[in-house]
Amino acid sequence: MRRWLILVVLSLAPVAAGSAAAQTPPVAANGCLMCHGVNGQGANGIPAIMRVQSRADFTATMKLFAENKKPGTIMGRISRGYTDEDIAELSAWFAKP
Amino acid sequence: MTKHTPFSVSRRRALAGAAAIAVAGAPAILRAQATAGRLVIVGGGFGGASAARAARERFPAVAVTLIEPAASFTTCPYGNLLIAGRYSDTSPITFGYDKLIARGVAKVTDTAVEIDSAKKTVRTSGGQTIAYDRLIVSPGIDLKWNAIKGYDEAASAAMPHCWKPSLQPVTALTDKLKAMPDGGVFIMSAPPNPFRCPPGPYERASMVAEYFKKAKPKSKILILDSKDGFSKQPLFLAAWKQLYGDMIEWVSSNNEGRVVAVDPASMTVETEFGKKHKGDVINIIPPQQAAKIARDSGLTGGGDWAAIDTRSFESKAARDVFVIGDANAAPPMPKSGFVANNTAMRAVAVAGAQMTGGTPPKALYFNTCYSHVGDNYGISVVGIYRPNADGSKIDEAPNSGGISAREATADIRAGEATYADGWYRSITDYMFG
Ligand SMILES: Cc1cc2nc3c(=O)[nH]c(=O)nc-3n(C[C@H](O)[C@H](O)[C@H](O)COP(=O)(O)OP(=O)(O)OC[C@H]3O[C@@H](n4cnc5c(N)ncnc54)[C@H](O)[C@@H]3O)c2cc1C
Ligand code: HEC
Repeated sequence: MRRWLILVVLSLAPVAAGSAAAQTPPVAANGCLMCHGVNGQGANGIPAIMRVQSRADFTATMKLFAENKKPGTIMGRISRGYTDEDIAELSAWFAKP
Repeated sequence: MTKHTPFSVSRRRALAGAAAIAVAGAPAILRAQATAGRLVIVGGGFGGASAARAARERFPAVAVTLIEPAASFTTCPYGNLLIAGRYSDTSPITFGYDKLIARGVAKVTDTAVEIDSAKKTVRTSGGQTIAYDRLIVSPGIDLKWNAIKGYDEAASAAMPHCWKPSLQPVTALTDKLKAMPDGGVFIMSAPPNPFRCPPGPYERASMVAEYFKKAKPKSKILILDSKDGFSKQPLFLAAWKQLYGDMIEWVSSNNEGRVVAVDPASMTVETEFGKKHKGDVINIIPPQQAAKIARDSGLTGGGDWAAIDTRSFESKAARDVFVIGDANAAPPMPKSGFVANNTAMRAVAVAGAQMTGGTPPKALYFNTCYSHVGDNYGISVVGIYRPNADGSKIDEAPNSGGISAREATADIRAGEATYADGWYRSITDYMFG
């Protein structure tokens, strides 16, 4: 588990640097925003995801959803559609810097 | 380190003031600088409004013109909820273009009648000729009149479709349902694939049932289908039994469900092998095709839907033209508002990169369709998609997406109904907020 986390953190570093100034969300985020709100602020019980979790926690949450280890109505079905690279980009966009 | 001295507070205020001035001045500056290219969009619905916003935000140097004849847009999504009596009129599902205009979108309130892809111009019915560098076409659908014998626009007054709000508002159906006596029969004819909103007819039948259960409990619902299966079928069938007993009967195509003719005078519909059904309220959802402007301008190549490159949504028939939303053929993605919105982002990313000299990012498409089945009872279907290497098809991401769990607690169904409202708020906020 810890080794996996370190790998994730390392793989995130270049993405984070590259997107710091980007105005346009990564492609993978386009769908997220139409539920979680245009700025990831949440909507009608759909939780806020913008700057809520650390990168490591965000990535871990997406993985837990994908493995059906975190209960939910829809995020399991959603998170399984994204590659590790997509999740890294999502984390760089949504998670705390 | 974060000591709040009076100095730091006033300094922060001064900075905020400077930022506010910069923002207030921005639209004029942006418009003056919008010289990287001209993006013209035909249709201000789910695809077109989403494209307009995305283009303004993501390519501020591109000039955006939106051609749309209506002054406001009433969504199809959430229209079915009026039928259940959850809203009393269409005002909660109707939006204006003022915010898009404030974002710097030039709205031309007119109908596009001709696309000249050689000269790269669009002509409107009011006689304007609008030049483009890139064109995004998202005009939605037209109904195929007389595909069902006798079902033309005149017949739709007696037997509403309510599948295209600009043509017929959903209140045409609610009015008839309200006037129907208890113990009446509601008949719906559901269309063959592909059509706008695959779960839509079944959500609508559910909302009719919710209304009947409250107001006219002796009434019946008969769905005559041109298909042998439908979106989220096991979830709908189980929920109907649980919530409405045997009020709803669904008849598949191979059980003589396909409606081939209607007679508004006697309020009857006829199925494939001559069986006639009489209804008190009849909702015909006819076969569909891309809207007229897409067909007239050659984008559909004589067929029903516009062929596109699945990597970019560029038309296969015309250069520098993109077709998004219901008007294209992009299986296995459904014709949904979410897909129209999501592929709008793709078309804008590619068109914007072409005009500004950038490289578009990778392609990835997303859909969720929520359906309301009853009070505090929602279900959903999810799909995540990628185009193949040569742009000839679209593949669903393996092991992902699909429909809500077949066995679920009441809390989960209630949660999905609540989250559906969140989705509606977020997507309409993106388009018109
Ligand atoms: C009952 C029902 C429920 C639905 N529920 C959902 C749902 O819950 N979720 C979901 O994702 N989708 C849902 N949909 C589907 C969704 O409404 C459509 O997929 C979506 O509207 C398609 O977007 P579009 O941009 O292609 O067309 P539209 O949204 O129809 O927009 C087309 C626009 O183009 C304009 N136009 C047409 N011709 C011209 C022209 N020549 N010149 C200028 N403008 C023109 C029209 O006036 C219109 O404003 C539902 C549909 C129905 C019928
Ligand atoms: C169709 C609506 C919808 C879409 C699209 C969507 N989500 Fe969610 N999301 C939800 C809901 C609802 C929950 C609550 C958990 C559940 O029910 O699955 C949630 C929960 C989450 C959480 C957990 C938040 C917390 O504090 O527990 C994260 C993180 C998240 N989503 C990220 C994403 C990302 C990233 C995307 C895009 C790839 C996305 N979501 C797309 C509806 C959506």
